[in-house]
Amino acid sequence: MSDTKGASVVIVGGGVTGLSAGWWLARTGVDVLVLERGIVGWEASGRNGGGATHVYSPFGLEEQRLWPQLDALLGYPTEFQPFRIGVALTETQLALARRWAEIGEQRGFRWEALDRRQIKELVPIVGDDVVGGTYLHFGGHANPQRTVQAYAWAIQDHGGQILQHTTVTGLTVRGGKVIAVETSRGTFGADTVVIAAGPQTGLFADMLGVSVPLAPARVEMIATEPIPLMGVGGVAGNGLYGRQTLRGNLVYGGGPHEWVNVPDMAAPEHPSTPLVRNLARRLAELFPGAAHVRVIRAWGGVVENTPDGLPVIDRLNDPSNVVLATMSSVGFGLSPASGRGVRDLVLHGKCQFADLTALSLARFADTPPDWRARCGWIAADAPMVPAQ
Amino acid sequence: MTTDARSLTGKAPRPERHVPLVVVGGGPAGVAAALEAARAGVDVMLVDEHPIDNDMMAMDVPLYFGGRMDPAVRNRALMLQRVVETNPALAAAADAGVDVQLGTCVWGAFVPGPTSRELETPLLGLADDRRSWLVGWDRLIVATGARDVVLGFAGWERPGVMGAAAVATLLARYRALTARRMVVLGSGDLGLRTASLALEHGVDVAAIVEVGERVRGEDKLARELADRGVPIITSHTVRAARAATADVASVVLVRVDDQASPVAGSEREIACDTVCVAVGLTPSIELLALTGARLTFRSPLGGWVPEVDGAMQTSVPGVYAAGDCAGAHDGRLADPDVAREQGRAAGRAAASSLGAPVAVAPLAPASTPRDVHGHWQTWLRSLVAAGGMDVNVCQCEEVTRRELVETRPPRYLVWSSPQMSARSLDTLRRDGPVNQDQIKRLTRAGMGPCQSRRCREQVGLLLAQSTGTPLERIPLPTFRPPIRPLPLSVLAPADEPSAMREDWVSWFGIPTQFSPHWDGPPIDEPTYHTRLVGE
Repeated sequence: MSDTKGASVVIVGGGVTGLSAGWWLARTGVDVLVLERGIVGWEASGRNGGGATHVYSPFGLEEQRLWPQLDALLGYPTEFQPFRIGVALTETQLALARRWAEIGEQRGFRWEALDRRQIKELVPIVGDDVVGGTYLHFGGHANPQRTVQAYAWAIQDHGGQILQHTTVTGLTVRGGKVIAVETSRGTFGADTVVIAAGPQTGLFADMLGVSVPLAPARVEMIATEPIPLMGVGGVAGNGLYGRQTLRGNLVYGGGPHEWVNVPDMAAPEHPSTPLVRNLARRLAELFPGAAHVRVIRAWGGVVENTPDGLPVIDRLNDPSNVVLATMSSVGFGLSPASGRGVRDLVLHGKCQFADLTALSLARFADTPPDWRARCGWIAADAPMVPAQ
Repeated sequence: MTTDARSLTGKAPRPERHVPLVVVGGGPAGVAAALEAARAGVDVMLVDEHPIDNDMMAMDVPLYFGGRMDPAVRNRALMLQRVVETNPALAAAADAGVDVQLGTCVWGAFVPGPTSRELETPLLGLADDRRSWLVGWDRLIVATGARDVVLGFAGWERPGVMGAAAVATLLARYRALTARRMVVLGSGDLGLRTASLALEHGVDVAAIVEVGERVRGEDKLARELADRGVPIITSHTVRAARAATADVASVVLVRVDDQASPVAGSEREIACDTVCVAVGLTPSIELLALTGARLTFRSPLGGWVPEVDGAMQTSVPGVYAAGDCAGAHDGRLADPDVAREQGRAAGRAAASSLGAPVAVAPLAPASTPRDVHGHWQTWLRSLVAAGGMDVNVCQCEEVTRRELVETRPPRYLVWSSPQMSARSLDTLRRDGPVNQDQIKRLTRAGMGPCQSRRCREQVGLLLAQSTGTPLERIPLPTFRPPIRPLPLSVLAPADEPSAMREDWVSWFGIPTQFSPHWDGPPIDEPTYHTRLVGE
């Protein structure tokens, strides 16, 4: 093995979770190599709502601590902007917005209730049908595309390596450890392997005889032309998540997802569907003052979910040098903290700053193989080309 | 079996109607296709976006109108009348039983695929200036034409700088061009024909400018123009368009040597109110890209074109391409019969595949025209040499050539760091092949409301030039719906399946997903129905 290329830690997957893990390892002085089949952060990691408000999570406090200093830590801009405003058009929506706020309050964060007049001052494009809202003095949002590239560049600045356009084809196990990662560009030796391959994570776990229950699904977002900047861009409600970007675009998603068969994930494109119209409708309902604003693009991406919707961040027993990291469709905002957690698992076998028991793989030990069908989390069987 | 009420299952959108064959584009190819299929007994809908909504024209969508529309374009009834008058083939199609929908744009094509199985049938998204709707189809013929390749220079943001395809549309279809005195850039058939068209409509042509040493288009056309007193200025490029107030008032030309470098002291200024960029056309492939049709780079055909068989069928069964969107070049301008022949072939093939009794014979292979991108690169090199790197390459996002090749973050971030300063196109290249979409994300070039119609080609050419990468090796940047920028209120459906409203949640609706990891009541949006394992 002496002439084999490699690194102390090889990370499979250059999405936001793998990149953050790589950055944390690299800045700790660990020799790290990230393998990415395409371009870093190209898939769901770079195309999401950009929200950074997940205080309910075991990573929540660390997420809140890190985002405000992330630009300085990385040396590149993430466009992080603090605070969130929740807008409610119904009493039900208001109860939900308040529930989010109260979870933050339980963690020691401040929030205040907003009445219609206050919301109209802060968010001039809302309509007269607003029933109320919340102002969170925590959380925020960032630009996913810029952030993933920032992580990648910062890895390199700390001496780590990233190989793009490199597809992992196999894992070489010997003596109860993965000793090498096989790729389309040769074999790379490793002391520890992190699998952070998003929806593909389950496929790599399968290679190791480990079952990770993951269901991929396609989700969609829309973006408008820029409008004048509001004081707080992190405004959401009416069943939408999203933000106003620093450029001024309204970028929002939400609504029904489409479950995807695992083999179909390999499809090169995950197209938008007419759901873009339903998204437009809800955005116009949320912001009647922006109903004339033009939608200039929409996109779809595939994300993965575990049965309980929570991440799996765990170090395997066998092979003993593998860390699994899937964030179960909520990875971007938590990434500054999840990457640190993965680093801790690699270096110490245990997260040093949070209790990750709730994210262990063991909780799915009794999950039946047909769990997707039981949940109804399966793809439709429909014609795939126009009928001939 | 359990279904997930929060998924798309059972919420498939209902098309307003279903049509066996939809033809998109009312130019020579589209009308010929529609007529051919209708005569074979097929129900055909022909969709044409003219007259285009004034607000969209003001955004340079779908063509580079450069703010040179007469205010009459606001009068939709008048414009509809003109579009019908100036294109008699539309009336012929309607007489033959084609359902002709004017003033209707196509903003999306949705074809069921591996990750979009919930679509029950292929759909098109249509819209006029008030609302959008969906139409189902069995066969689709795309005849969306071509648009201008735009190359910038100092002042190209000003009203009065526009493209040749937009000039042709405003003169020949709308009779609503406000130009009085025009300078045409490019001496290929496109430039020469644009100059002739302008003269026919009483627009003075102050000059035709060509970066090369010789006129590129037909000698006969060039001689006719010279006889009418139009100077053709070769070996020159543009240094800047100047303005008196906001609009263009003159253009400054400079002589170039055989390396396309400007010759000092050779500037000359020509008064004009319009500068028409007529350097070349590129196929309008957005809609084809959305169908998933395989696209390939072919310089003689103007860039990325669909792969088609002898009957103009693309790689997606049932989707055809005809006319300039399948390949645009000077020869097409001289002979619209080529486009018509392609349209007829596609119309026959589509009709036959729908069971109509028509004979289908493959088209004879067309003669191969010359490569065009080398010439476009010469133009761009001369413009960069004459105008420098601080000229916008993307108008919408105000990204300069320099900011593009240095992969600067946008100016509004007001960001600098030693690490950022050390990054450039060069360092990015060490990490992987040049990718226009990646550079778009970093610099924002191409992310604006014109949907990169004004910058897509010049960004690609500049990236190719700056990195020594052959253009065909730079992956085609993606197209995303809606391929026409539509207001939220227009895109939004007037009604929805009740399940869409009742079961809508912002994310997956998994009750444990956002619940606090410490003890406490879970977050559960109100109408959760799915059964989770273990419950």
